[in-house]
Amino acid sequence: MRFDKTFAPADGGSGATTLPRAAAAPTPPRPKRRRGFVDVALTPRAAISPRATLIAGLVVWAIVLGIWSALTYGGVMPDIFLPSPSAVIERGISMVSDGTIWPNMWSSIEVILLGFAISSVVAVPLGLLMGTFRIVQAALEPMVNFIRYLPVTAFVPLFILWIGLGLSQRVAIIIFGTFFQQLVMIMDGVRAVPDDMLNASYTLGSSRRDVLTHVILPAAKPGIIDTLRITMGWAWTYLVVAELVAADSGLGYMSMQAMRGFQVDKIFLAIGIIGILGLITDSFFRLLRAKTAGWAA
Amino acid sequence: METPMTQTSGAPLLEARSVELRYNSGNSSVLALDRVSLEVREKEFAVIVGPSGCGKSSLLYLAAGLLESTGGEIIVGGDHVDGPGRDRGMVFQAYTLFPWLTVAENIEFGLKRRRMPAAERKEIVNYYLNEVGLAQFGGHYPKQLSGGMKQRVAIARALANDPKVLLMDEPFGALDSQTRATMQKLLLRVWDHSHKTVLFVTHDIDEAIILGDRVHVMTARPGRMKATVDIDIPRPRSLDMMLDPDFIAIKRQILGLLHDEIDEDH
Repeated sequence: MRFDKTFAPADGGSGATTLPRAAAAPTPPRPKRRRGFVDVALTPRAAISPRATLIAGLVVWAIVLGIWSALTYGGVMPDIFLPSPSAVIERGISMVSDGTIWPNMWSSIEVILLGFAISSVVAVPLGLLMGTFRIVQAALEPMVNFIRYLPVTAFVPLFILWIGLGLSQRVAIIIFGTFFQQLVMIMDGVRAVPDDMLNASYTLGSSRRDVLTHVILPAAKPGIIDTLRITMGWAWTYLVVAELVAADSGLGYMSMQAMRGFQVDKIFLAIGIIGILGLITDSFFRLLRAKTAGWAA
Repeated sequence: METPMTQTSGAPLLEARSVELRYNSGNSSVLALDRVSLEVREKEFAVIVGPSGCGKSSLLYLAAGLLESTGGEIIVGGDHVDGPGRDRGMVFQAYTLFPWLTVAENIEFGLKRRRMPAAERKEIVNYYLNEVGLAQFGGHYPKQLSGGMKQRVAIARALANDPKVLLMDEPFGALDSQTRATMQKLLLRVWDHSHKTVLFVTHDIDEAIILGDRVHVMTARPGRMKATVDIDIPRPRSLDMMLDPDFIAIKRQILGLLHDEIDEDH
């Protein structure tokens, strides 16, 4: 244990006397050494320019699209297995113009939004309670952790038996797939709020209720939004699982039908639309986080 | 052991009576605080020094009502401490500003909890922003501030709530030595204005002497009160008083009290 400390200069000790400057000749401007692009790029964690970031991303897209084009237009792959990019785009245009795409798209969006909303409306408050009150955590965590590892797909037959083949069956699969994950992730986020932050608020006169509403809730908000964003991605996966097995509409159903008719371009189109819709929901939650919890950066 | 009190101005505002704190883990138990008694008078700046692990921070958490003792009692303003309350403000070693609130909103947090009118809140917030030299930073968020600035806001936030006693748990412990000196200067100035009753915990003897009216020296594991030293260096104080013979004599005395504790530690 050491008790000595270095003395910082007492008041006014900040260079009141100016040392005589050595009358050195002005140093000639040193040639600025420019580090090469490769040198920078191969340095761990070194920052790269925004332009390089953009180009690097575009190059990978170009390579993937290039290989795809080469395989299809070059005739390497028969088009009943791999459609050309233009075939997928043409299929998209025709399905939009004759309107056959919309019922499937809306059906999928409806299932996703319903399932995700029902799951989140329960998981957010319950996750907050689990992260805040040890007794709620002790009661629910063992069961939740068990259910969390059960494969959702294994429940599809059960849900079909119980609920039938309608919309509610697909919604149930989305809920089952997302709810328990949301619960655990939100609980962990709430538990990460530092104890001393709660303590500080108590010493400022907060009641227990104040601590929950004015400290834990705002502190956990960025984490909750992140959880919603990530689990929304998983919900899209479960949606397709539900639609592949048993549905009469939806993008997954559309793929299934297309497979039976060997319409591979249609399968590609369905996958592409899911990707774009997923990207839109992802951007929505990113925007929401930036707007309402910008302090967390 | 206790040294007789030299000044008897005012009744104790904070009193610890034979406080014991025992941690139980499994079938072994560790005694952290062993019958610690302490008196802090109104408008007094009291400091606790002791080696790390002596339980001095625990004593502060007990006074704040954030920990429960296993024996003895703590009385603040005539009332037994039973849970936290706004009469005992606290500044923590860790940064505890609310990152989603601006500096001004952090300072008015406690005022809002007791529904003080906005105009009154604003006046108090502005006063304390000035007091800690952050008048230009009311609209900033904590992540935009340096460590020293964050602790200044934490001090302003605690004082704005007008507690009976201000508990400070090594508030400058995480700061570099120059920032710490600046903060000590600032705290001396703020205290000269407010004369708030303070209980300050530190392991830095210089800090203890330059800030305190009385310094309570604790022993290491289990934490016991070893002695109380009156600091009769006149106020207002400045940091260059650390070079005065009076200061050095007191420092020698406290170092002597701590000496065997340090030897035991290593």
